[in-house]
Amino acid sequence: MVVSTWLWRAWPRAFMATLLCLAAVGVQAQTQTLPNDDVETALVGIFKAIEGRRLAEALARTEALIASRPNYRLAHLIKGDLLLARGWPIRTMGAAPNAPPERVRELREEALARLAAYRQRPPKDGIPRYLLQLRPDQKNAVVVDTKKSRLYIYENDNGKPRFVADYYISHGKNGSDKLREGDQKTPLGVYHVTASLPKTKLADLYGDGAFPINYPNGWDRRNGRGGSGIWLHGTPSDTFARAPRASDGCVVLSNQDLRSVAHLIQVGLTPVIISDHVEWLSQDDWNNERRALQNAIEQWRRDWESRDSDAYLKHYARAFQGDGMNLKAWSERKRQVNAGKAWIKIGLANISMLRYPGKDDMVVVTFDQDYKSSNLENMMKKRTYWLKEGGQWKIVDEGAS
Amino acid sequence: MTFPRFSPLYHGIVALILTCCAAAAAADEIADIGKLLKGGQLEQASQRVDVLLASKPRDAQAQFLKGLILTEQNKTTEAIAAFTKLTELYPELPEPYNNLAVLYAGLGQYERARQALEMAIRTHPSYATAHENLGDVYAKLASQAYDKALQLDSNNPTAQTKLALVRDLIGSGARGRPQVAQAGTKPPAAASPAPALAPAPAAAAKDAKAAPVVAAKDAKPAAPAPAVLAPPAAVAPAPPAPPKEALRPANDQAEVIAALNAWVMSWGKQDAAAYLAAYARDFKLPRGESRQAWEASRKQRITAPTKIEVKIDDPKVTFADGVATVKFRQSYKSNLISANSAKTLVMAKNGGKWQIREERSGN
Repeated sequence: MVVSTWLWRAWPRAFMATLLCLAAVGVQAQTQTLPNDDVETALVGIFKAIEGRRLAEALARTEALIASRPNYRLAHLIKGDLLLARGWPIRTMGAAPNAPPERVRELREEALARLAAYRQRPPKDGIPRYLLQLRPDQKNAVVVDTKKSRLYIYENDNGKPRFVADYYISHGKNGSDKLREGDQKTPLGVYHVTASLPKTKLADLYGDGAFPINYPNGWDRRNGRGGSGIWLHGTPSDTFARAPRASDGCVVLSNQDLRSVAHLIQVGLTPVIISDHVEWLSQDDWNNERRALQNAIEQWRRDWESRDSDAYLKHYARAFQGDGMNLKAWSERKRQVNAGKAWIKIGLANISMLRYPGKDDMVVVTFDQDYKSSNLENMMKKRTYWLKEGGQWKIVDEGAS
Repeated sequence: MTFPRFSPLYHGIVALILTCCAAAAAADEIADIGKLLKGGQLEQASQRVDVLLASKPRDAQAQFLKGLILTEQNKTTEAIAAFTKLTELYPELPEPYNNLAVLYAGLGQYERARQALEMAIRTHPSYATAHENLGDVYAKLASQAYDKALQLDSNNPTAQTKLALVRDLIGSGARGRPQVAQAGTKPPAAASPAPALAPAPAAAAKDAKAAPVVAAKDAKPAAPAPAVLAPPAAVAPAPPAPPKEALRPANDQAEVIAALNAWVMSWGKQDAAAYLAAYARDFKLPRGESRQAWEASRKQRITAPTKIEVKIDDPKVTFADGVATVKFRQSYKSNLISANSAKTLVMAKNGGKWQIREERSGN
């Protein structure tokens, strides 16, 4: 078989066309960059070499990637294509004879997701809209974008979230917005890590470690969502990565990435926000959004202290539920309680404000509540859901967290 | 891997040795050892080459013979050592690299085989045997890469067939006589790496789906074992049955069809001489390529696969100005590739024979 250079050309053209479409989607002027040794950078190097017809270089880069990640199926696929392309034209990725189309499709999707992540970096000074306020002791936050197959780590830099790193992830076979047990979907919402399971206690499927999250949370249960056992976890030993949609609902990282993320996670504390479309805010917009909500919370606290029941109850949404009460029952109870008190002092500390993914304007606000009154005192950790109703932030759910 | 099939293996060595070597005595001795090797008297050949090497340790011919003898004796590790030494002493010679590659491939070390062949080509960019072997090694490596990428496991019937077949080929190759390049063989005329009117590529592997469909019917794997080859008899494909028209060339139309069938048969038999004879001297060459380069690339394309099957369907002949235009569907299947395409041949009668003057893809 002759090494025939022209034959190589067919492949990159068709494939690069797909990739270039992605490149056209708004790339910010100032964006985060990826480290030099990560998979995305390596893949881009390979595809750039193919695009530039430097096929020996492409093959050498692919082999270097395989040397560092021997179980990387996508790299093996590219290697196969590059070798096969020496014989005859290859018009798409995965030209293996007898290739199972489903597996090729999965690897192609992974390639597209990774290259898109390389080309569309998170904006440099942008903040994910969800991270309105972290508690001082929350060192990091995890934000997942299921559509982009990406997990972002943000660090709590004196109250301001600062980008640390991002990673390729897989999610549910049937996508996101989990509703019930067995639907093989990944939930969308605001969660936190509830445990850390070491590799020794896990089946190989979960790789080098696992971090369960608190799905279903209160809001999920209120909305009739079911299922359980949603974890962030690693990858089985026979593969470096899994397809973008491969899990039964978990968020899956490569083992290497899982280990990087693991030491940033605080059990019981680190928020995990899973979205199907992460939005970033500029510093100004972020400041405005959080200030508006902080003001609403502060006003609610004061109105509670004032024992003016009408003023206090104005902070509750029509759909409110809390302690098993609807708005009507809640109102009656509060009026009754307020009437029996000479004074109330409310202290709020360690406030976190995490916006809920999705169409509704909703924020999960948790805090340590220090309640003192003329006849009762208590300290509790509280979780409230704030919903925008008629342009005002109102509490739609309140309870112990 | 492809080796010269039609010429007796060691004639080349003997002829070459007789003409090339300066020192007559050593040349005689080398020729004698070559004969012993050819005659299968490996033990004697081995002893005499060792004696020769004792007095002339750096003699390339003698060392190469030593490597061949060891290969014949199935002393693979020592054969590898002998050829490796030769590449160290004479890094400009492509043949030792090529033979190393054959030995490595026989051991399933395709990555090493590839490196050796790439070295052979680096020393002699037009070394056709190395190109052919490299193509096969690439195909094998590609197949291994795909197995890893796509996790083709034993539950997959296709993969199973493939694996079994690979073992089988290597097995029969190891038992058979390993055929390796001959010392000092001149590389064939430059096989230009421009495939031009390839028999198959345009239609081939249009996407991941197209190729497997046809390939799945074929018992052969996509990537052949680049082996130390099975005996030629086992490899030669059964000639396709000639269509009925070929039997009664009563008129021009029948003659044209008969010529067409002869061309198809020579292709299927991988008989390069007969195949090339089907093309007229004034055959319209693609893109100003030289006849020599075109022939070399065609020859290579025909001999590279271990198996070729060509069928033509529904040929339609029209005559104008003494020239016949034949349009047909061509289905091409080799161990490497399958393709189904439309083709047009323009044929003219030269010295009583219809020959191909133009060849085009499509109708």
